[in-house]
Amino acid sequence: MTRKLVIVGNGMAPGRMLEHLVDAAPGRYQVTIFNAEPRVNYDRIMLSPVLSGEKGYEEIVIHGDGWYVKNGITLYKGHKVATIDRAAKTVTSEPGVVEPYDKLVIATGSVPFILPVPGRGLPGVLTYRDLDDVNAMLLAAQSRAKAVVIGGGLLGLEAAAGLKMRGMDVTVVHLMPTLMERQLDEAAGYLLERAVEERGIKVMTKASTKAILGKDRVEGVELADGTVIPATLVVMAAGIRPNAGLAKAAGLTVNRGIVVDKFMATSDPDILALGECVEVEGHVYGLVAPLYEMARVAGAKLAGEETTGFAHSDTPTKLKVTGIDLYSIGDFADGEDREEIVLRDAAAGVYKRIILRDDKIIGTVLFGETSDGAWFNDLKKKAVNISDMRETLIFGRAYQGGAPLDPMAAVAALPDDAEICGCNGVRKGKIVGAIKAKGITTLEQVRAHTKASASCGTCTHLVEQVIALTLGDAYNPAAVQPMCGCTTLSHNDVRRLIKAKSLKTIPAVMQQLEWTSSGGCHKCRPALNYYLVADWPNEYADDYQSRFINERAHANIQKDGTYSVVPRMWGGVTSASELRAIADVVDKFAIPTVKVTGGQRIDLLGVVKEDLPGVWAELGKAGFVSGHAYAKGIRTVKTCVGSDWCRFGTQDSTGLGVRIEKFMWGSWTPAKVKMGVSGCPRNCAEATCKDVGVICVDSGYEIHFAGAAGLDIKGAEVLGLVNTEDEALEHIVALVQMYREQAHYLERIYKWARRIGIGEIRRQIMQDTEKRRGYFARFVYSQKYAQVDPWTERVSGKDKHEFMPMATIGLAQAAE
Amino acid sequence: MSLIEIGKLSDIPRQGARCVITPTGRIAVFRTAEDHIFALEDRCPHKGGPLSQGIVHGGAVTCPLHNMVISLESGHAMGADEGWVRTFPLELDGETILIDSASLAALAA
Repeated sequence: MTRKLVIVGNGMAPGRMLEHLVDAAPGRYQVTIFNAEPRVNYDRIMLSPVLSGEKGYEEIVIHGDGWYVKNGITLYKGHKVATIDRAAKTVTSEPGVVEPYDKLVIATGSVPFILPVPGRGLPGVLTYRDLDDVNAMLLAAQSRAKAVVIGGGLLGLEAAAGLKMRGMDVTVVHLMPTLMERQLDEAAGYLLERAVEERGIKVMTKASTKAILGKDRVEGVELADGTVIPATLVVMAAGIRPNAGLAKAAGLTVNRGIVVDKFMATSDPDILALGECVEVEGHVYGLVAPLYEMARVAGAKLAGEETTGFAHSDTPTKLKVTGIDLYSIGDFADGEDREEIVLRDAAAGVYKRIILRDDKIIGTVLFGETSDGAWFNDLKKKAVNISDMRETLIFGRAYQGGAPLDPMAAVAALPDDAEICGCNGVRKGKIVGAIKAKGITTLEQVRAHTKASASCGTCTHLVEQVIALTLGDAYNPAAVQPMCGCTTLSHNDVRRLIKAKSLKTIPAVMQQLEWTSSGGCHKCRPALNYYLVADWPNEYADDYQSRFINERAHANIQKDGTYSVVPRMWGGVTSASELRAIADVVDKFAIPTVKVTGGQRIDLLGVVKEDLPGVWAELGKAGFVSGHAYAKGIRTVKTCVGSDWCRFGTQDSTGLGVRIEKFMWGSWTPAKVKMGVSGCPRNCAEATCKDVGVICVDSGYEIHFAGAAGLDIKGAEVLGLVNTEDEALEHIVALVQMYREQAHYLERIYKWARRIGIGEIRRQIMQDTEKRRGYFARFVYSQKYAQVDPWTERVSGKDKHEFMPMATIGLAQAAE
Repeated sequence: MSLIEIGKLSDIPRQGARCVITPTGRIAVFRTAEDHIFALEDRCPHKGGPLSQGIVHGGAVTCPLHNMVISLESGHAMGADEGWVRTFPLELDGETILIDSASLAALAA
């Protein structure tokens, strides 16, 4: 008969335990999980990248809903367990589900430690524990106001960095003299403080919190010395405690945590416990590696397998803040029986310290350059006598035994039992074995089969090197489509990192993101130039040499090397004097072809480059500005005559079109943006195959987007209906700004929308007023720098070199 | 051989090009990010596009018409493409760029 297994808690530890169990003994139990959080099992270590915006929630899900279905597991989401009845062998959830068990696993995790100070219960005081906390912080961060993080440990600093990246003004308040004092020595703590402050985060050490101030919600934090720091958000990250209340109420033995033996059994043999809620041999744990070890043991026990018990081991500390590299492990306190080797490189911000006892490594602290962490840890674990390499030890693995090795050689030289992935305790031999046995060729497969690099991801590079070494040329790391041949990063990664690392020039991007070419190529340079223009409108100096010729010359190059000129006609409306001016220009410069375009403009074709400034000067006198017909930017708004003339017109479609165009012209976008406004559903302006279109109806304005009528034909999607012209403008502008911030270079709106999801775009623009206003405000801000007529500038002499030959050599000279 | 002055280094933007008009056609004079200078016939071997209008990257230029990449040093198409465009030797005297008139005459011939 199948036995009933009930699990209280659905964090990473029980998730991993279940993986072992369904692998080893599928069908042995009928499994029911109660999760107090209303969701599936996700990677809690990766909450910091979600907070900072470097990852989305979907990317950190470990087990999707399908996994539970596939394995026949019942998951109660949002069910906190209220009681355990050990006599009846049942658990009861708060919503009232009663579930009998044969075996019970308690994995209730930990609870954040709340400082017992006045005001701790005020709205605006948060902890940093789960996705709900992250969402609450993200909501608070939208205000761009002030935040105080109490606690300068791992969690506190990650929270502070995330909030800062979300635009908040952040202060970290830390009780001790240096940051992360439990994992770092003083010198590294100081370097860390400096690195944190360089990101614009204020750090106050030796600061004891006395009270949290505020009437109806948080207004500030008061320190023991009387200092008051104003804040609208306070994050308590002062540590965690095992969440053992449920077990205690059930009468199990509880000390600091639920007491278990090394096989994870509690004082009741039918109840196991694992994770942050337990205490095993006097230790409680908060990092993932030992928790996964517990999961292995518990999974094996439940499967009825023989197994070795849980054994304590040190776990390296790493901080997940992009751009700050630190690594520490073991014991690094000073002592009489200890020696140390220290290397400092102030210019590079590097600090390395190895602590030795009896010629063996017992601790390591690395800051700024951490690639040898795994090697030092390996020497420490094996208690290798290092006296032979004492002189060069601190320089790392590459410097042992003569000439420096290349990084691949360093990985090749690692023994099979060297630990590659600290989170999951995966050794090199296991990865190599899996690759050979299972015919694995990608990083994703290695993650799936071995779990290496599947948690925090800091070892990804090492894992890739192991794959490359094992497969040789058969390894093609391009699992993601790189932007171009100069990088392995995708457009998404590059856009994210430009923001995350505050990269503001093309050379900075290439340097920091390790471009493999010195000056990029014709694919990446225009893309980078756009991303920087879009992300830093007030700071970035547009690099014209990285623009395609059309955007450099502000005209469209033709097959014979001449150019075409399209003056702007707002909404497609013109006048006798404008037409007369165009006719005069055509005559004066003997322009061979005049053509009406699909976007309701007039195109003058066959202008030689040297004539461009002259043509623009004449057009400028008649009031024309550039039509940007050459730009990856806002092109045209095509309109019908609407209620002014048409007997069917419901609104002033021409007026709205002109208004949209006057508001948005000059903006650079990932690819061209063509719009249309039709005055009634007969849709004479063909608005429903545009990037953005409006269909006017009696009750208002129906906004459409993501249409296409080029390489692909696609009817537009409905964004929503709004009542007024003002609202229509706000929604359209917000939509285009969202596109500007997220799309890949050269990706039209319909392709971007397919990638992001129509529903998500609709939600952000139609339903989330805050988001919409944010996008709108950022567009308006960037327009301050974008709405300059490029033709006028060039008529006044800008970029003269672009339009004139450098020299003309006569026949006589050439024949000399 | 006689050298003709065609301009100053600073007349050409870094990672850019300028044209020199000769009796027999246009020459594109390129300046790389590292201030190396090269002269090529301003005509892509593919469909005759003006190479002077392309994006300069490393030691190559991408034709603005159909993205053929041409080596500035050799004039040969790079990658899988085939084709070749004429190059002209340049001299740099301090800031001054000079071209050998004999090579132009050869073009005329």
